[in-house]
Amino acid sequence: MANPKKVSFTLNGKPVDVVVEPRELLIHTLREKLQLTGPHIGCETSHCGACTVDIDSMSVKSCTMLTVQCEGAQVLTIEGFEQGGQLHALQEAFTQDHALQCGYCTPGMITRAYRLLQENPHPSEQEIRYWMAGNLCRCTGYQNIVKAVQDAAGKLAAKAA
Amino acid sequence: MPDTNVVAREREDKLQGMGCSRKRKEDARFIRGQGTYVDDIKLPGMLFGAMVRSPYAHARIKSINKAKALAVPGVVAVLVADDLKPVNLAWMPTLGGDVQAVLADKKVCFQYQEVAFVIASDRYAAADGAEAVEVDYEELPAIVDPRRAMAKDAPIIREDIADKTEVGHGPRTHPNHIFTWEAGDKAATDAVFAGAPVTVREEILNPRVHPCPLETCGCVASFSKATGQLTVFMTSQAPHLVRTVVSMLSGIAESKIRIVGGDIGGGFGNKVPVYPGYVVSIVASIVTGVPIKWIESRIENISTTGFARDYHGVAELAADQNGRIKALRFTALADHGAFNAHVSATKLPAGLFSICTGSYDIPKAYCRVDAVYTNKAPGGVAYRCSLRVTEAVYLIERMIDVLAQKVGVDKAEIRRRNFVKVEQFPYTTALGWTLDSGNYHGALDKVLKAVDYDGLRREQAQKRAKGELMGIGISTFTEIVGAGPTKVCDILGIGLFDSCDIRVHPTGSVIARLGTMSQGQGHATTYAQIIATELGLPSEDIQIEEGDTDKAPYGAGTWGSRSTPVAGAAAARAARKIMDKAKKIAAHLLEVGEGDLEWEVDRFKVKGNPSQIKTMKEICMVAHTGNIPAGMEQGLNAVEYYDPPNLTFPFGAYLCVVDVDRFTGETKVRRFYALDDCGTRINPMIIEGQIHGGLTEAFAVAMGQAVPFDENGNHLGNSLMDYFLPTSMEAPKWETDFTVTPSPHHPIGAKGVAESPHVGGIPCFSNAVMDAFAHLGVTHMDMPHTSFRVWQKCNELGLNKR
Amino acid sequence: MIPRPFEYHAPTSLPDALLLMNRYGDEAKLLAGGHSLLPMMKLRFAAPGHLIDLGKIGELKGIEQVGNEVRIGAMTTENELIWSPLLAQKLPLLVEGAGLISDPQVRYRGTIGGDISHADPANDHPALMLALGAAFVLRSASGERVVAADGFFLGLYATQMQPGEVLTQIRIPVPPAGCGWCYAKLKRKTGDFATAATAVLLRMKAGAVEEARIALTNAGPTPLRARAAEKHLQGKALSDAAIAEAARLAMSICEPTEDQRGDVQYKTAMAGEMTQRALRTAASRAK
Repeated sequence: MANPKKVSFTLNGKPVDVVVEPRELLIHTLREKLQLTGPHIGCETSHCGACTVDIDSMSVKSCTMLTVQCEGAQVLTIEGFEQGGQLHALQEAFTQDHALQCGYCTPGMITRAYRLLQENPHPSEQEIRYWMAGNLCRCTGYQNIVKAVQDAAGKLAAKAA
Repeated sequence: MPDTNVVAREREDKLQGMGCSRKRKEDARFIRGQGTYVDDIKLPGMLFGAMVRSPYAHARIKSINKAKALAVPGVVAVLVADDLKPVNLAWMPTLGGDVQAVLADKKVCFQYQEVAFVIASDRYAAADGAEAVEVDYEELPAIVDPRRAMAKDAPIIREDIADKTEVGHGPRTHPNHIFTWEAGDKAATDAVFAGAPVTVREEILNPRVHPCPLETCGCVASFSKATGQLTVFMTSQAPHLVRTVVSMLSGIAESKIRIVGGDIGGGFGNKVPVYPGYVVSIVASIVTGVPIKWIESRIENISTTGFARDYHGVAELAADQNGRIKALRFTALADHGAFNAHVSATKLPAGLFSICTGSYDIPKAYCRVDAVYTNKAPGGVAYRCSLRVTEAVYLIERMIDVLAQKVGVDKAEIRRRNFVKVEQFPYTTALGWTLDSGNYHGALDKVLKAVDYDGLRREQAQKRAKGELMGIGISTFTEIVGAGPTKVCDILGIGLFDSCDIRVHPTGSVIARLGTMSQGQGHATTYAQIIATELGLPSEDIQIEEGDTDKAPYGAGTWGSRSTPVAGAAAARAARKIMDKAKKIAAHLLEVGEGDLEWEVDRFKVKGNPSQIKTMKEICMVAHTGNIPAGMEQGLNAVEYYDPPNLTFPFGAYLCVVDVDRFTGETKVRRFYALDDCGTRINPMIIEGQIHGGLTEAFAVAMGQAVPFDENGNHLGNSLMDYFLPTSMEAPKWETDFTVTPSPHHPIGAKGVAESPHVGGIPCFSNAVMDAFAHLGVTHMDMPHTSFRVWQKCNELGLNKR
Repeated sequence: MIPRPFEYHAPTSLPDALLLMNRYGDEAKLLAGGHSLLPMMKLRFAAPGHLIDLGKIGELKGIEQVGNEVRIGAMTTENELIWSPLLAQKLPLLVEGAGLISDPQVRYRGTIGGDISHADPANDHPALMLALGAAFVLRSASGERVVAADGFFLGLYATQMQPGEVLTQIRIPVPPAGCGWCYAKLKRKTGDFATAATAVLLRMKAGAVEEARIALTNAGPTPLRARAAEKHLQGKALSDAAIAEAARLAMSICEPTEDQRGDVQYKTAMAGEMTQRALRTAASRAK
């Protein structure tokens, strides 16, 4: 490896260290070096959102981040959602509302919806469509995804109350 | 005393079988990010391959210099056509009866065609290596417009077959001609046109588009020198067909080849063909002795894998003054790109295009397709098209609207006048298809009532008076899916039957394996539901497996909505073989004759003696003991290979309301009401999901998708920057509805459904846009109805003056 | 998908960043949000030998009001603009514009400074800056200067920035109370650049236009200030005729490039249409 750099960050709550070239994209580090194949690659022009992860409380397309930029960051991927055998409300809602078919966009969708609901706990349908427009899906036509996000919002709000 | 019906219903609910919207079994891994897609697979020692591709659409290759690429750290090998010739793999047979270059041999025929394959330690080194391969080209003039392909002085694209008089489908009349196919009675049809009081004619384009599933194509090929076994993990919708083709190509015995379709991130027909990347990965694995991974980029996917459509049609209807159609005459010039590579039945090179008589009772018809080569990527049949049914239904649904406008009849009424009536089924069309069942009047009436059609027309009149553009689009389509009867449907000679292999375990759970291949359609759930109802065992305990050719029985895979019609039938029939045996065991245990037994949900009961029962669960255990009838083998297993007697003909009625902004050309879909009839409904939730998805893809095709080229064959919009994939913002909201008209020939009365929304949706959007301009004399505008193109019409008509 | 190799630097102060810029000259590119540069590098359309990441420089962040001016750090993200209560109150035009850029994920990373200094005529902030009468603070090793947005943009990817200079802050005068505003953007889909877009800032007095500022996105090699249109509206009521003439004058300066979004005729007509819509909406918001 030319020009190796050691990068340390927190991944799904645990500290990790990796050694990468500066040009290595975060999506490749996650999938190849850190064995997390939940985030997926669907394009190379930063459009599809299948690679979406959560970095320092922001939804980010990990194909457009260099791993070296993640020094000290808090990174959350789909693999970090299930806690102690308990699925996140979004994961349950996606199943209940048939918000996935081939499953390829699903990790990015759920990860993005998570941050959306953190920032806007009671989004309207139109708001969900606007704030999820960075994640493409070819199978579902989005209608059930929007419903799942609404239903998860309701469950999370009830829990918080 | 509990109401026995209620108790039976409770037991039925517990089965979660046919007809219930049970949640999907496959979701558990996907919501956790634990699917196994091809790029998730890592094998020890695996190397990574990257393709070097031609920048030119048509050029000779003067030389290829590997030296700089081989010097890049991590690069292990560089393969070119000459490296494939010793193993006879520089060219491969296609599923369309043609041959295709695996790596370009002396010339390239489309932009981005495969020229060299760089194998390296990882994808970063492979990318560096691919950039370092030096290729010297001599550019040649390119044919981009299919209408120029058969000109006398047209450059010859396929020098490799220049002296071949046919390429799998009859005589060729020009080096760039592939085939001509026709159906129907031309003379009789021409005669009707000659004397018809009313005729309409339009030139109608189905533009080149691309299925663009979210996961691109790829494979991991692993050849073991020690065992001679080849394993390929592949994005393939048809693993068994691929296994047979790979065996024919490579000379490796089919029993030593294992193709594994795992989780696939969407197919839509994009993952049926055998692409050069797969073949060269297999060769690379044989040569290096280690696994080779190849995953294409999105730009490669859009630019080189199976596109869809590119049909240039001339459509004509002959009718009387009341709009009653007397004859249909459709011809199409089909641009197949540089190789005829799409999936194609030998007898049906233009797919099922002859379904173009649609839902209508048309006495005389003739259709003809002329296919040509151009300097563009190969393909044609793809993208939820049911094998050219999108092209066919687009023409007939557009033309009936054109006819309606010509004779001044309402667009719903003209359909009623022409529909095949319920009492006419099974109905054989003038082009030879026997529609199994349908109720077109019922479907349309239900939709018109649901949307208050008369109210919409009144509103439209009011809006027109104010100069506003509101359109109502109707599409009443008949689909043809479930390829198919082997006497008509084969690919490279292999019949399009399908199969199901069921094994029942002593404790009452089941494994069933089928020859189809889900890419998101929910087979793990729906097949389990079919078998659950047939066997009286809970679907939760029925495991479905597909895709591993070592385990699954032979089948033709999943495309053209064939899974339920063919493999679903095989599943039901295999289950019924098991039930025949179970009944014998029950009779033996209860010491009665089989005729004394009746079946209720999950158990056999003795007629007139309801306390005498044997549940299926009990029988599962007993079948593995000695307590079975004399002469019977143990076990409860069955295999069915099903050759369908006919295809199935789902249908629907869709209605779309649009408002067109005459100042920008933007079209807003105000409402879309979709009624589908796919016969018996296995899982309504899953059906609805398919409708949502298919309609969204239809919306994309009709309103914004195209794969454009300049005059030299260079791509002008082959990334997601330009290629229109709707986001949650653009996607309209869908209202779904249904009727149920079972298929009389299918064991559970079911038809396919997943492509219906795409086939029926595209003309519905188009018809809506056209209807917005109908009062101004506009009869047809080609897709895509981008705001730019619609504005051009508004501008031409002077509608954008304030 | 894979960029060519490069060296990566993440200075934690502006002086350190400037030192690196001077050391590596045109072998180096600044990395702001990375959502213009990294996609180009992944397709190998750009291959700088050095990337200087501005993301760790605290003084480049922040939104504050100083006197009658709002000052925005160049590394402020689009998402931070959208959620800023100060901007919602004082510069709603900027919030509206930022909300129409790209998609949510891109907006968490894309920065106002990156959008401006990249000088892609398809970017949205340049026209917004012209409409708002913004000024840019440029720092180099030898000092600092403040340059007006008007005249800053010279052509495709070209600005008045000199080698060794970095954009550190955007300064925008707070529009007088009662101003109307609108950014009207026509695009093919979410995430697309504008087919045409117009930014309008409007001050009315007694039913007539006291001042109108009109700027166009993606209608030429730079953002375009529609001065003739502005002049025409001065002192007039915003009648249909006045708006139509302003649109016509805006169209007369357009030189868009033909592409998959449309031909020159369409894009020009849409520049006119977006100008009309922005004026109408701005008028409805003006008090």
